[in-house]
This record gives sequence, structure tokens and C-alpha cells, in this order.
Amino acid sequence: MSDAVLEIRGLNVDYGLGADAVHAVRDVNLTLHRGEVLGLAGESGSGKSTLAYGMTRLLPPPGVVASGEVLYHRDGGDPVDVLRMDHAQLRAFRWAETAIVFQGAMNSLNPVHRVSTQLTDVIKAHDPRSTTASRLARARELLALVGIAPDRLDSYPHQLSGGMRQRVMIGMALALEPRVVIMDEPTTALDVVVQRQILRQLVDLRERLGFSVVFITHDLSLLVEFSDRIAIMYGGRIVEEAAAADLYRDPLHPYSDGLLHSFPALRGPRRELTGIPGAPPDLRSMPSGCSFHPRCPRAMERCGVEVPVLGVPGDRRGSDRTVACWLHPVQDNRF
Amino acid sequence: MSYLLKRIAFYLFTAWAAITINFFIPRLMPGDPVQALITRARGQMTTDAVQSLYVLFGLDKDESVVEQYFRYLGQLARGDLGMSFTFFPTPVAEVIGDGLPWTVGLVGFTTVLGFLLGTAAGTLVGWRRGSLADLLIPVTTFLSSIPYFWLGLLAIALLTGPDSFFPATGAYDTSLVPGFDLEFIGSVVQHGILPAATILISSMAGWVLSMRNMMVTVASEDYVTVAHAKGLPERRVMVGYAARNALLPNVSGFALSLGFIVGGTLLVEIVFSYPGLGLLLFQAVGAQDYPLMQGIFLVITLSVLLANFLADLAYLALDPRTRREG
Repeated sequence: MSDAVLEIRGLNVDYGLGADAVHAVRDVNLTLHRGEVLGLAGESGSGKSTLAYGMTRLLPPPGVVASGEVLYHRDGGDPVDVLRMDHAQLRAFRWAETAIVFQGAMNSLNPVHRVSTQLTDVIKAHDPRSTTASRLARARELLALVGIAPDRLDSYPHQLSGGMRQRVMIGMALALEPRVVIMDEPTTALDVVVQRQILRQLVDLRERLGFSVVFITHDLSLLVEFSDRIAIMYGGRIVEEAAAADLYRDPLHPYSDGLLHSFPALRGPRRELTGIPGAPPDLRSMPSGCSFHPRCPRAMERCGVEVPVLGVPGDRRGSDRTVACWLHPVQDNRF
Repeated sequence: MSYLLKRIAFYLFTAWAAITINFFIPRLMPGDPVQALITRARGQMTTDAVQSLYVLFGLDKDESVVEQYFRYLGQLARGDLGMSFTFFPTPVAEVIGDGLPWTVGLVGFTTVLGFLLGTAAGTLVGWRRGSLADLLIPVTTFLSSIPYFWLGLLAIALLTGPDSFFPATGAYDTSLVPGFDLEFIGSVVQHGILPAATILISSMAGWVLSMRNMMVTVASEDYVTVAHAKGLPERRVMVGYAARNALLPNVSGFALSLGFIVGGTLLVEIVFSYPGLGLLLFQAVGAQDYPLMQGIFLVITLSVLLANFLADLAYLALDPRTRREG
């Protein structure tokens, strides 16, 4: 694998403080490599978005990052911890290094400003010496990049369709040529046809510009197609991480298996659609042991007692995949 | 553009309706103005004088209501609002002309200033939610729920007196000749401070509250999060993204309050005996001075309409979503 751009280590995110705090993200370790698309999947409430907001320090109160590190590897420099930057550093880091495309395609643009204003103000904020003409030229370039006619610069957001707005947001994310783009359900509000167009475009752009993507969605079928690696989240933890093809062919965690069996494949032999019985756990009262065990078809006695650790499973020695499940215990280094 | 024309047509129609209602209401009331004047003169009037009053008020002819209505419209067009009883024989237009500048000067100035200060304070308080600035909220809630005339009475009771700097009544020192000289303007300012502060304190508190609440709502909008994520300077996020959107509902409220400048602060003017339209209206009601009342109502109606029109224009300028193409 190529070298890391963004490394999340032991990240814990809580809502609230003290004993009543809800642990929305627990002990997450995740590495984003240069130029890859890392998919992050899970049901609603599994902590995907909280993870994204937590690692970019955009968490609205009462969310707090309780502990952990988010290391950003600059070109030829020492890694910096995003969580320990001061305000000025953080402001300079944002968008220039890590840009974000948010869930609400409809509400991400300020309704009272023109598209051009919103594309150029970010350039101005990060490069105050740029001229108005150069910023406008760049804005035109960005719209062309995402396939929107340059005369749309003078439009207001309400004059654009949902797909166009999300394209504008993607163009905006690329304004400063960031090395990491975090996409939080970027296509959820759009219909499937537009969804596909936008994802195609995204894949093309990534190949041309070489940024890395963290792609967050509840739609695992999208990830199987578009991402290099997939991490599955459940109850605030990462329960499995593997290359997209490996995960699709051979899911190890029963939860990943359940997610993969909740959408039909277009090609290949027919499979039964099963889905996952039950509902995601209440984060305020998590089950003991593995948080998935009350819904797990293959739960054992041990699952309700001990929390499985994420690691390379003993029965897949030497592979680059990890899982947190007692069916595939982590290989023991003592032997 | 066609949108604007439609609005203008709507306002012209409403103005016509208001004028017409203004014509009919006094005619639906029992008695006539001459009877009212005779009562005021306590019977010390000759029959000739009574007859000439009827001629003066145009009540001697046997005109139909329709004829009267068109004559009324014609008079209005010439700015003739009839004669005032209270200030007989001064024309109503002149009486209103004397009172209007005082009201617009005092209430207009404080309304605008209160809106600007209150909105700015509300923006800051809303933006720094959870900080010490929140302590301002109970204070403003308290102030905005106090009736302003009561605040005025309190101010008079506590701050005015024989040795006080603040006069308790009037708009200027009556021993001075009105004019644009330093002494007179100084006297106007001195007389204006207490009523202005009274209105300012209570109206500002309302703006602080509503702006603060809108700021809190808007601060959780996606585009504000995006603005943060873009690494924009804090000021730009607060002003250009959050406050700019939070302001919109307040603008229409502000325009409405502009409309009520003329009639809305009657009680403050009464408390401070400030010679504006509010005090005039009070006197007109007390003296059953229908022509004056009618004139003041007309001015109030028209100013509310004008303010609404201004609100429409402001909305067009501030919110692109209200501009319809085509």
C-alpha cells in the first residue's frame, strides 16, 4: 500500500460530558492512504458522520472528542495532529488540506449568496493576495471540472437542481486542491441516475487530481463498486476493514455479511435477501460484549461477555484485512 | 419587475380601500361635528354662528353620500383634511404637519437605532451561545415584557424633578423661539433623551431576543457548517453566512414597526406630553375631534402601507429566493 495521508488513532467521540456521556465513536483506528477511496459504511446511528465531524473538529456541541489523534501527513514534513491545532492553524488547514462534502446537498449552499461568491470566498480566505479576476477564473474552472456551464456562476442556489448543487459542492471542495476529501453521504438526497453520474465524475476527478476520499454512506452497494477499501462501523466501532473486493466476496463479520445480503446483486447467481433483524443499539445502553451479539445469527456465549478486538484474524493470517469478531479471533502473537 | 408592479398595484388598491373606509366610518357615527362644537361652546352660540358652522363644514347642502365621497376624494387630493375642532379654526393638515416631525424625529430615530443596536447585539449573543453573553437573555426578556409607558413613568418619577437635568414634559423649552440654532437644538435633545431612552430600551430588547433566536437556529444550518469547514474567518461566517440569513425574518418585523412609528407610541407621548401625533390623537379622541382623528388615522394607514412596501423592497434586495424571474 502507498503511504498514509490521514491516520486516525484511538479516536473517541462523546455526546455530553461526564457519566451521562453517550459514546458515539469508540476507539477508532483508521488509515487513509494516498489516492485511495476509503468507504465507511454502517446503519444510521452507527457513528459514521460523528466520526467525520469529530476528525475535522466540526462537531456541534454537545459533541466532544474525548481522546485520540488525527494525524495528517504533509508532503515531506512531520505529521501534525489536527485535534491539537490552534485556531489559526486549523483555519489554514481546513479546505486547503481536507475538504468536506456534506450530507445535505440541498442545504450546503448559502441561499442568499451567488454561486460565484461562495466559490471565491474560500479562495480569498486562504489566499488573500489573489485578485478578483483570478478567483473568478478559478471558479469558472471548477464548474467546468464538475460539468456545469460557467454562466451558472451568477445563479443563486435555489435556481440549481439538487444534482447541480451537489456538483457545485464537489467543485467547491476541490477549489484549493486538497489532498483529502471527506464525503458524508454526498448523494443520499439525489435520485439514482444523478447519483451514478456524480460518482462517476468523482472517480474520474480522483484519477486526474489524485486526492484521497473518505466516502461515508449507508449504501454498501455503492462502496463495493466505487471504493478501494471498506470499513464497516457498528455501534461506534469499526467491526471490519478490508479491500472492497475481499469484503464483497468473503465478509467475515456477520454484520458485514448481513449488510451485503440486504441489497440484490445485478449479476451472478441469485442470492436470498435476508437483511438484519432487529434495530441498531441504543448508544446510551450498549449491550455487553460485542454490541452486535443481540442481533447476530451466530452469536456465542463469549460474545455477550467480552468485547472482540479489531485485528488480523487468525484464520486469514498475512492478509491486510481486520475484523472484530469472536468467530475469527485475532491471531495470538504469543505463539 | 412584474412582481414589483403587482405589489404596487396591490398597495394602491389597499390605500384606496383605507381612504374609503376612512370616509365612511365617521359618517356611521351618531351626531354631527357642529353639534359637537356647540357642546364645546356650552351653548354660548348664536343661531347665525351655528348656521355658518354648518356651511363651513359643508353640511348645509343636501348632498348624497356619493357626491360627498367624491368631494372628499377631491379635497384629499388637494391635501385638504378639513378643520380641526380642538384647534379650531386651524386646518387638520396643518395640525398634523406640526405634530408629525416630532413623532417621526423621536420615534423614527429610536426605532431605527433600536433595530440596529438590537440586531447587532442579538447576532453576537446568538453566535456566542453558551458563553457569558447568555446572561443578557433574562435581562432582555424582562425589559421587552415591560410596557414602555410604564418605563417612562418610572423614568419621570425617578429622574425628573425641580433640580434635574431632564425635563418631564414637552419637546423643547417653551421660552425659546423654535429655529435651527444651537440653543434650541440643545433643548430638543435634552427633552428627547428620556422618551427616546424609554422607547429604545424596550424595543431593543425585543430585537435582541428575536435575532438571538434566529442566530441559534441558523447556526446549525448545513451552510454554516460548510462555511466553518471552508476555513473562512470567524467574522465572515458570523456576518456573511449566519447573520445574513438570520436577519431575514427580522426585516419584515422592522418594516412593520416602521409603520407603527406614527401611531404606535401614543402612550410615551402622553406620558411625556410630547407634542407628536400620538398626543394629538389622544386629544382628538378626548374632544371628539373627528376631522383630526380621521386625518391622523389616514396618516397612520398610509405609513403602515408605505412601510410594508419598503419591507417588500428590502426582502427583494436581501433574499434572492423572492425574486421571481419571468
